[in-house]
Amino acid sequence: MRTRREIRARKALWDRIAYHGIGIGTAFFFLAPFAVSFLASFRPNSESGRPPLPPWPISGMSFDAYRALDSFGAGIWQHMFNSLLVSIGTVFLTVAVSVLAGYGFSRYRFPFKNALFVLIIATLMIPFQSILTPLFIILARLGLNNSLVGLMLVYVTLQLPFSVFMMRNAFDAVPKEIEEAARIDGARDLKLLVRVLLPLVMPGIATVSIFAFLNAWNEFFAALVLLSSNDNYTLPVLMTAVRAGRLGAINWGAVQAGVAVMVVPCLFVFLLLQRYYMRGLMAGAVK
Amino acid sequence: MTTSALTSAIRRRRPKRQTGWRGLIYIAPAMALVTLFFVLPVLFTLWMSLHKWPLLGEPAWIGLRNYTRMFTDARFFNALGFTAHYTLIVTMAIFAVAFPLAIFVEKQRPLVSLYRTIVFLPVVVGLASASLLWVWLANVDSGLFAPLFDVLGLTSGRINLLAKFDTAFLTIIVMVVWKIAGFTMIILLTGLQAIPAELTEAARIDGAGRWQRFRHLTLPLMRRTMALALILSVTGSILAFDQFYIMTSGGPQNKMISVVYYIFNQSFVSFNLGYGAALSIALLLILVTLSVVQLWLLKVGDERP
Repeated sequence: MRTRREIRARKALWDRIAYHGIGIGTAFFFLAPFAVSFLASFRPNSESGRPPLPPWPISGMSFDAYRALDSFGAGIWQHMFNSLLVSIGTVFLTVAVSVLAGYGFSRYRFPFKNALFVLIIATLMIPFQSILTPLFIILARLGLNNSLVGLMLVYVTLQLPFSVFMMRNAFDAVPKEIEEAARIDGARDLKLLVRVLLPLVMPGIATVSIFAFLNAWNEFFAALVLLSSNDNYTLPVLMTAVRAGRLGAINWGAVQAGVAVMVVPCLFVFLLLQRYYMRGLMAGAVK
Repeated sequence: MTTSALTSAIRRRRPKRQTGWRGLIYIAPAMALVTLFFVLPVLFTLWMSLHKWPLLGEPAWIGLRNYTRMFTDARFFNALGFTAHYTLIVTMAIFAVAFPLAIFVEKQRPLVSLYRTIVFLPVVVGLASASLLWVWLANVDSGLFAPLFDVLGLTSGRINLLAKFDTAFLTIIVMVVWKIAGFTMIILLTGLQAIPAELTEAARIDGAGRWQRFRHLTLPLMRRTMALALILSVTGSILAFDQFYIMTSGGPQNKMISVVYYIFNQSFVSFNLGYGAALSIALLLILVTLSVVQLWLLKVGDERP
């Protein structure tokens, strides 16, 4: 009896060791590239061209790589500002537009309602990569060529199918009784929406925001095509210049520093708002 | 009694008040954006594809000649072939990694949510950032892999991974798996967790082995989820651009030009905007066809219990 329990305990122990062994190995594969690059970005100039063996700085920590990165384009602060401006602008506009549309689709009846909803969702089927040339021309006609505002508007449009879908579901989940009570108290339309309903759909807004932020911050192809002057480059476009190097020599320290600057905000935002991110992912997957 | 009469009166009145054009005001901003930056560009692409459209100067109507040109364009077919090849390999690689991972993180155990989060981390960074990170890792002089393999004695001397097609392709596949596997894992995980525990339990009592349960119970019940993960992976891979542009600039001997990359070259490097538009329409048709197949696949999944 006792031996059987011992055998079982031993088996459970081995099982646990095997499980966490695999877990740690997997975690290592997925974390190591971040860790190596991040550590290497603090190596001084004299080490930045050498292989990262070991990845951490040997002769003391230094910000040489970040200084080198700053010497590209219009300076790293400018490009961080561009990226932040576009991303945060995209978040605010996406939230504003999709909250209004979600409310309209959830609470009102009007002609062609279903057709219009399907139209918005159906844009998901069409890759935006295939309409960039006309977008370029349309933005030029609007006086928004090579402009961060133009890029922002394109990003907002790309976010709409997911965001409108999310917000409509969020409003659908709010009981109608709450609205009726507020109506009796004299709240109408926009006032009702902002004062009463907005707090109730905050989780949906959080989900929409985090997706809008990450997608705008990370987007590369549209930014590459639509931005033409150095000063306006967002971080990913700036990094193509860094990666191309000067006079045939690539400053890898600057590349590592650039990767850190682009990656850290994403990881931070994700870890902070993981719950809302996963909710959005599930909603998309279930649909 | 008066209260209920009042509420029912409100209920009766409400739909009447809400029918009409007021709702359109709320959706107007969204519709304006979608029309201006999506519907119009799609129609415009179609219009452009029927023209010879240089960057400067007047566009000239040439009918379907851009489309007939496509069929004799060997480079376009190379791009199509490469994209199909890449899509096939990368999708298989992603599934080969993501499926075991999904099974690994399925059960609630200590630290499991930490493992899930770590595997998911690369998903939230940009493909451009990931490409930059890996192009450094794969660099022959300053990177990690070549010197590491050399030190470990796996290769004699440092080999330049990005100089030959096969090794460059492999590097990109590994990078994309690292970047995307967490996403596919989470999608598959939702499917796994939707399988009722009683079913698995019943099968085990009936004497079904681990593999049998997986083959005859898990896989059929996950058909819908797998179709979704498959489609997301396929559509994403067909549109691949960042990794080829940043990591190999089109690859050794221009062998790594994907369809989107080719459209980019035609439109924004050679400035054949009309031809680029025709190629875009071809890409669009491929993707819309895939979406229709997707809807059909998901429907087929629905019919099964």
